[in-house]
Amino acid sequence: MEASVLKRRLNKWRNAVSERLPDGLRKFAGSLSDRDRFDKSNSNPAAFRVLVRKEIADHVRSWRFILLLAIIFLTCVASLYTALNSLQDAIKSEDGYSDFVILKLFTISDGTLPSFIGFIGFLGPLLGIGLGFDAVNSERNKGTLSRIMAQPIHRDDLLNAKFTASLFIIGFMFLALGLLVLSLGLLIVGLPPSFEELLRILAFLVVTVFYIGFWLNLSILFSVRFRQPATSALAGIAVWLFFSFFYDMILNLLSSALVRNNQASTVDDMLNHVNLMLGLSRISPYTLFNEATSTLLMPTVRNLGPLTTEQAYGAIDSPLPFGQSLLLVWPQVTGLIALTLVCFAISYVMFLRQEIRGRS
Amino acid sequence: MVAETVIDIEQLSKSYGSHRAVDSLSLQIRRGEIFGLLGPNGAGKSTTILMLLGLSEPDGGRINVLGMNPTRRPIEVKRRVGYLPDDVGFYEDWTGLENLQLTARLNGIGEKEARERAMRLLGEVGLKDAAHKKAGTYSRGMRQRLGLADVLIKQPEIIILDEPTLGIDPKGIDELLALIYGLSREQGLTVLLSSHQLHQVQQICDRVGLFVKGKLLAEGNLEALTRQLLTDTPIVITAEVDRADQQLLDRLAELEQVRDVQSGAEDPDAVLPSSSRVLLQIGCSEDCSDAIARMIVSSGVSLYNLQRKQYGLDEIYRRYFAGGEEHGSKRSKKAAK
Repeated sequence: MEASVLKRRLNKWRNAVSERLPDGLRKFAGSLSDRDRFDKSNSNPAAFRVLVRKEIADHVRSWRFILLLAIIFLTCVASLYTALNSLQDAIKSEDGYSDFVILKLFTISDGTLPSFIGFIGFLGPLLGIGLGFDAVNSERNKGTLSRIMAQPIHRDDLLNAKFTASLFIIGFMFLALGLLVLSLGLLIVGLPPSFEELLRILAFLVVTVFYIGFWLNLSILFSVRFRQPATSALAGIAVWLFFSFFYDMILNLLSSALVRNNQASTVDDMLNHVNLMLGLSRISPYTLFNEATSTLLMPTVRNLGPLTTEQAYGAIDSPLPFGQSLLLVWPQVTGLIALTLVCFAISYVMFLRQEIRGRS
Repeated sequence: MVAETVIDIEQLSKSYGSHRAVDSLSLQIRRGEIFGLLGPNGAGKSTTILMLLGLSEPDGGRINVLGMNPTRRPIEVKRRVGYLPDDVGFYEDWTGLENLQLTARLNGIGEKEARERAMRLLGEVGLKDAAHKKAGTYSRGMRQRLGLADVLIKQPEIIILDEPTLGIDPKGIDELLALIYGLSREQGLTVLLSSHQLHQVQQICDRVGLFVKGKLLAEGNLEALTRQLLTDTPIVITAEVDRADQQLLDRLAELEQVRDVQSGAEDPDAVLPSSSRVLLQIGCSEDCSDAIARMIVSSGVSLYNLQRKQYGLDEIYRRYFAGGEEHGSKRSKKAAK
């Protein structure tokens, strides 16, 4: 009762003020409704918001999302369980990072199940592919795409909205999951996380969102390219399996072939070879993600490439501060973002050039 | 008073590879008119419509919709032009009302007003009872009516309907067309509708354009169309006589309006004569049955039956639409590859 009276009074004041303002100023007083803005400009600011809302509502209501959520949630609980089992030993071992107990919840396992980051690295892509593989082609097949495109919106609004909505959901979900693991660990272990640990966990979650964002974009790209959702889902899963399993094998084969060819190798040759292999393996988003997250969650990781004894000489044996860890993985994070952007750009160009007609 | 031209197309062309989908098309549509774009499948109707909305880019020519070029200013054109695509789809998990509200919101209409307009339009198209049912449960006819409401919710000046009658039963077609006609007359809407169902659609159209293989063959109302398209032999008179010698044929051919005379049953539709009788097919530019009858009788030949056949819709249909099927299948084969 009270609130509505206040609101009415506020509106009255606002109208009174905007009536007295000159035309040029009225714009800034916020008295323009969406409709006015819409009529006056060539763009449609409301459309993007409306589309994002629609996409989020669609995702959250869908069975697919609930299933994916259940899978991710279960694996997280499982990895937390194994981590808690082996936490005792991990704390006792003198590896110089026993101070970061909470971070260990994310990284260690007793060997029966992968750790939390292992699971995320493996299943995250599935989530990204699952949310994006039918983004455009299912709308096309249902005949809704041409109807939406006949409304006064820009074509890219649709693609942007789809990406933003899915990324929002992923971000929200992983923030919730990460904090959930953190708080469960807190309850069970009884140790509060330090500020640095919290920062590292947040950075890890952000990198995870970028990583899944890449897979999301890749699957959106496939959904623009392929007319059948099944084809685009399979294409996405194929790329995922390729980078998770086969890429390392192929690199091993390549590596042994290269080594056999030059028998007389100097240190420089060896170094070059290792660097080349490392460079090749870093094409894979899976490697980038693993390097980035393990560095962020394990402060003892000081280097991601080959390290000669010379370079290690005189180094202080202590964990890196957060800023240094972040600096170390900056290239990996940039690489992930770049891959994401490349995928997005390709799907963007493809979508803008496609002709949208009926259900074909 | 001549109404202003709201859609002006000049020398419009569009090719897909070597296939010319639209070939130097020129067309003017005036405000408040119902224009029927008729043609067989694959004639380029949908392509033309897409270009009108700026959803596809023309290769050549000029389009002007409400004084704007849709290729350059698609948003403004789409704001004032409603488009119902061929075989329209809705979000099937959403109710009809929610689907309409989404469209309204995309057109910058506030939430409350969107709901009001959606409810009003659902009432107008007769879907009030189904407003809260999921769109996935709608029948084909209901979907088309929901589509019409969806087009009208932005209060457009022009509505473009692509094959609105496709796949609906005859009663549904009549209802839908009556609805379109009523709305157009009430609100002064300009309607452009495409179809390959000449019979149904010409009932409500002020003008019709016949569109075959990317070219506009003729436009106007039905009589004008017939005059333009069937200039060679618009009327065929079939006479059943007991004998036909060369002299009779020559004398008939000398009549002013007669174009050609053939004896024998060339027309498969004609009733087969009993063995002693002969069928004469006389092609005329104008109705001259009386002169022919007089001629036959005065030359001493018995006339049993005289039938006048005016070529109309059916003939137009057969002549121009039949060719389109083959053409259409060629294109779908290409698309399948």
